[in-house]
Amino acid sequence: MSGGPSSVTPRNRLAIAGARATTAAMLRDQPRGDVIRNAAFAGLLFLAVVIALAGLLALLIQAFVEGAPALSPDLITNPPSTIFPEKAGFRPAIIGSLQLIAGVIVFVVPVGIGAAIYLEEYADKSRWWNRLIEVNIQNLAAVPSIIYGILGLAFIVRGPLDLGFILVAGSLTLALLVLPMVIIVAREAIKAVPDSIRQGSLALGATQWQTIRSQVLPASIPGIATGVILAVSRALGETAPLLLVGATVFVTFDPTPFSPDGYSAMPVQIFNYALRPQEEFQALAFAGIIVLLAVLLVMNSFAIWLRNRYEQRW
Amino acid sequence: MAPDESRAESGREMREAAAARAGIAVRPDEFQQRGGSSGEKVFELKGVDVRYSGVAAVKSIAMDVHRKDVTALIGPSGCGKSTLLRCLNRMNDLIPGAEVEGELLYHGEDLYGPQVDPVQVRKLIGMVFQKPNPFPKSIYDNVAFGPRVLGRKDDLDATVEKALRGAALWEEVKDRLESNAFGLSGGQQQRLCIARCIAVEPDTILMDEPCSALDPISTGKIEDLMIELKQEFSIVIVTHNMQQAARVSDRTAFLMVELDADEDNRWGRLVEYDETEKIFTNPKDQRTEDYVSGKVG
Repeated sequence: MSGGPSSVTPRNRLAIAGARATTAAMLRDQPRGDVIRNAAFAGLLFLAVVIALAGLLALLIQAFVEGAPALSPDLITNPPSTIFPEKAGFRPAIIGSLQLIAGVIVFVVPVGIGAAIYLEEYADKSRWWNRLIEVNIQNLAAVPSIIYGILGLAFIVRGPLDLGFILVAGSLTLALLVLPMVIIVAREAIKAVPDSIRQGSLALGATQWQTIRSQVLPASIPGIATGVILAVSRALGETAPLLLVGATVFVTFDPTPFSPDGYSAMPVQIFNYALRPQEEFQALAFAGIIVLLAVLLVMNSFAIWLRNRYEQRW
Repeated sequence: MAPDESRAESGREMREAAAARAGIAVRPDEFQQRGGSSGEKVFELKGVDVRYSGVAAVKSIAMDVHRKDVTALIGPSGCGKSTLLRCLNRMNDLIPGAEVEGELLYHGEDLYGPQVDPVQVRKLIGMVFQKPNPFPKSIYDNVAFGPRVLGRKDDLDATVEKALRGAALWEEVKDRLESNAFGLSGGQQQRLCIARCIAVEPDTILMDEPCSALDPISTGKIEDLMIELKQEFSIVIVTHNMQQAARVSDRTAFLMVELDADEDNRWGRLVEYDETEKIFTNPKDQRTEDYVSGKVG
């Protein structure tokens, strides 16, 4: 690079070099205090992660170590037994759990999505009762699950519905438990669809329902599906409400939805085995936990994959 | 029979049917295929006021939009051009707290009459928005959406092709109709929105600053498109670009912001409305002169 004809005298060159060196130093130099504070803060945050994961890892490792000996195909095919832990399995509990969550899905998907569509697309948000509903759905999602058990006992098993201690009653109770969660997630998914899409559709002469059915819902399905899967995986692991609505019976046969003879579910069966004094049953309980965790892991991974694959980026 | 004539026949029948559904009486000589910008009025506005939750947005708008004209609404930001445009296809109904008063006639019928269904109105008066808003579907499904909701499902392929040709987009997308509309460039997306709009065969197209989010080359293409489209549709365009108004429009309405005594409230008023050439070369109002010459706004 050349300066002007004779503008870069030795004195100028010195000044330029000095200015450059100072700028370079200023850009590189970080006060020592800042460096230490940054490192310390990052370290503390990392420690928080480690503590959180350590607790979880401890539980997982214990479950695997204790439960591994009892893992075998018998677990899935055999009914439970009080006398022969070697032959005991989780079969009715697995079938019961599957039927329970099938019932939850059947109930929660139409009701949850319908409620979310109404609240987002049709309700006049300036009215006080709609705001009240909004606040209360958030509250309902935070209510302890045992309360839902009592609700189920009072209104579904007995009371107005009077279904008795059948599997469908358990399904309905669990469905009510996870319904607020599904409504909240579905609302978020619907809200995420930009208004410009709705306006574009309406400007073409579509009705509100045509707009929702053809534009809004399809675009929000991935979000809704993720929410439903997460809700179902929560329902799979809930024990307290099921204990109150009839899953306490020690069943050795395969349960059916409407049979009055009782039913069982995975968490309840695990609880059952864990209470026994014999070590073999303890190992069985841990094996059941491993099975349950494996199922939950698969479901949640599927939900994440679904979300990543079909998520709409606007 | 020449292809254009046959299309005109069915287009007119469909428009008459749509108008009948909307509760608008159709006169026998309506919707005649005739060139030029003279003749009947599409919209007649008298004393139109618009308020949002009680706050005035525009006051006392009086103007007539003529058939097969390109009518431009110009003016500085915040003078109510978009508000006025949205009155014409009842999109303001979607805004809670919006009130429209005054007389707004569409082909002689009260657009805000008690029998009129806004959904049917929008089938006759289409809209293209400022930011292109294609649906997250394929190009084909985007254009086909309008005809599908109207129930015109037969020969959808021909309808889609005709609409895409009409929007000067067919050659660019004919080999990838199934691909996602989001893969198109901004200018192409806007032309897709125009194709989507004309697939419904409306009577009028409203455009709210259609080129403001686009680059100059796309803008030029869409301006050329407007001049072609006006042979079949009446067009009302809001633009903040004066030169664009001068280039494409037949008549121009200049709106201006007015403040009340304490300068707390502001609303838009129509200052002048005339043939474009007069507005830009020999306006009657000094404010118009100041705006088009760049002295203000």
